[in-house]
Amino acid sequence: MNLKNSRPCGDFRTSYFKDMSMFEDKKGFYLACLGVFILACSPLFLDSYLISLLIYIGFYAIAALGLNILVGFTGQISVGHAVFFGFGAFASAWLNNSFLIPVFFCIPLAAILTAFIGLLFGIPAARVKGLYLAIATLAAQFIMEDFFSRASWFTGGVDGASAAPLKIFGIFFDSDAKYFFIVLFWLVVSFIIATNILRTRDGRAFLAVRDHYLSAEMMGINLMKYRILSFGISSFFAGLGGALYGHYLNFVSIEEFNIQLSITFLAMIIIGGLGSIRGSMMGAAFMVLLPEIMDWLTRSLAGTSIDSALSLSEAIPFIKEASIGLVIILFLIFEPNGLAYRWGQIRAWFKLYPFSY
Amino acid sequence: MAFNFLIQLLVNGLIIGLLYGVVAMSFVLIYKSSQVVNFAQGEFLLVGAWACWWLLAKFALPFYLAFLLTLIFMIFFGILVQIIVLKPLIGEPIISIIMVTIGLSIFFQAMMNWMFGVFTEPFPAIFSTESIKIFGLNVQTAYLMSGLISILIMISFALFFKKSRLGLAMRATAFDQQAAQSLGVSIKQVFAAAWAISAMVSAVAGVVFGIVNGISSGIAFMGIKVFPAVILGGLDSVLGAILGGLVIGLLEHIAHYIDVQFLNIGNLMRIAPFYALIIILMIKPYGFFGTKDIERV
Repeated sequence: MNLKNSRPCGDFRTSYFKDMSMFEDKKGFYLACLGVFILACSPLFLDSYLISLLIYIGFYAIAALGLNILVGFTGQISVGHAVFFGFGAFASAWLNNSFLIPVFFCIPLAAILTAFIGLLFGIPAARVKGLYLAIATLAAQFIMEDFFSRASWFTGGVDGASAAPLKIFGIFFDSDAKYFFIVLFWLVVSFIIATNILRTRDGRAFLAVRDHYLSAEMMGINLMKYRILSFGISSFFAGLGGALYGHYLNFVSIEEFNIQLSITFLAMIIIGGLGSIRGSMMGAAFMVLLPEIMDWLTRSLAGTSIDSALSLSEAIPFIKEASIGLVIILFLIFEPNGLAYRWGQIRAWFKLYPFSY
Repeated sequence: MAFNFLIQLLVNGLIIGLLYGVVAMSFVLIYKSSQVVNFAQGEFLLVGAWACWWLLAKFALPFYLAFLLTLIFMIFFGILVQIIVLKPLIGEPIISIIMVTIGLSIFFQAMMNWMFGVFTEPFPAIFSTESIKIFGLNVQTAYLMSGLISILIMISFALFFKKSRLGLAMRATAFDQQAAQSLGVSIKQVFAAAWAISAMVSAVAGVVFGIVNGISSGIAFMGIKVFPAVILGGLDSVLGAILGGLVIGLLEHIAHYIDVQFLNIGNLMRIAPFYALIIILMIKPYGFFGTKDIERV
């Protein structure tokens, strides 16, 4: 269909077992382990601000991964991912506050609860597709936002919900450096789950539904089941990310899960690369770092004539917001396959150097 | 009292509905001619309203002149957006098209907030009288004007597509792009014209809305409200868009009436159209006047 699915040259596989493996070779596996190890050591040498950015990247990456399963792998557009993220955050706080379940178990339970809500909102997907589905999820976004503001037994209404910090064996995970390990753990778990989902029959069914739904149906794939299922799986990851988010901030307000956040999630997977697991994380990192970079740029311009002409210091929130829109447009026009594709290109270049044909 | 209140709300609903119809119409125009779902329609209203406000407030131009200049500006604005952003994406999958218009919407909203501030600015007074009485009902002059302008726009739309050369070319393109092209219709021109007209008509709606309620980024929400209207009428039907707009406007105000009189839950006015949207999508996904997508293998 397009370039991103084709393999670069020099990539030979001689057995089905090799083709299905999670990593291309042993080296890939060791590199991934090394990457996780370096990340796990990062609290030793990074300050707490950078760690907090990494934490943000972590739970956004989990949620973006969910959205990528829905949009990138099944080809269904959702403009309401933020409400599932929010639902996870509220559900985890609610389970903890009302039923006194330990936070450690609340997080996966909240994710499962969110998955059921996702299945419910996925029902329209059985009937409509494409842009009609996008519009339906847009309506879901507003309906759920309304629900958050109304259901004070669940969300605490306008006061918001307080989420207790995480505690395992009497140790409170309340500082950034400690909480980082929780997020890292769930990040690794979700990436392994997602990769493995795509290696199963169900995962291949998702791809078939995306590529040509009529052919998929003719080959005996139950369209309705897989369309709704993909909503469920996507919401599971959104809920997981949201629950981690809630227990990190210890406070969940009803106003954060607006359409802006939904669009930010969409931007993450577009920038990272649709249908790429690695891309979800790249996109999340990009979207978390983008406001920081814009902030840094504006501050480095302070005092110059550009600053005084446009009064940049007051405009920082608008510049950040506008940059998100601009980045989406620029990526779609100039790099529609996302960062993951570019990364593959760079790796292929090194692998094939100096004979790139 | 309650009855009078209901009638008042219904009249307001009808007039707001007409305005929704106009925005929905300009949305459908773009969708029909270039198959782009424009999530940035609300921002067209916003840009138009701010442009007109700027001309009025900063240069103290007479209203008709400022209005005319706004319309001319919006024509170029629409064409520029089409050429710079949408043209490179022709033939891309639908997610790219949707995302690029969402990106446009965020970008313009942020830029407008940056340039004009986040607070609601009232329009300079245009009419000497605030409201007039019709059959014992207080109707704001601005509302009356907005209703008249909406009907005027709709009539000129109908004439444009029935009589003018460009209008016929656009209809031909919407019907069958390849056939139209082979008969000498310039698709480029048609796409540009669709965006220009849509931007211009949206700006009219934006200005009218600004006169009634003052300008703030809230105007852009009209672009979201348009979705229930177009889904109700069918995404590619101009007549459906007008009717859908009317129905959604009325529904909103009836929901408000029920809310105030009986339920007292608040916010029902804002959320009712979206429930309607979901229900319509489940029952009649292609709306009441839309053409069904029939796929053959």
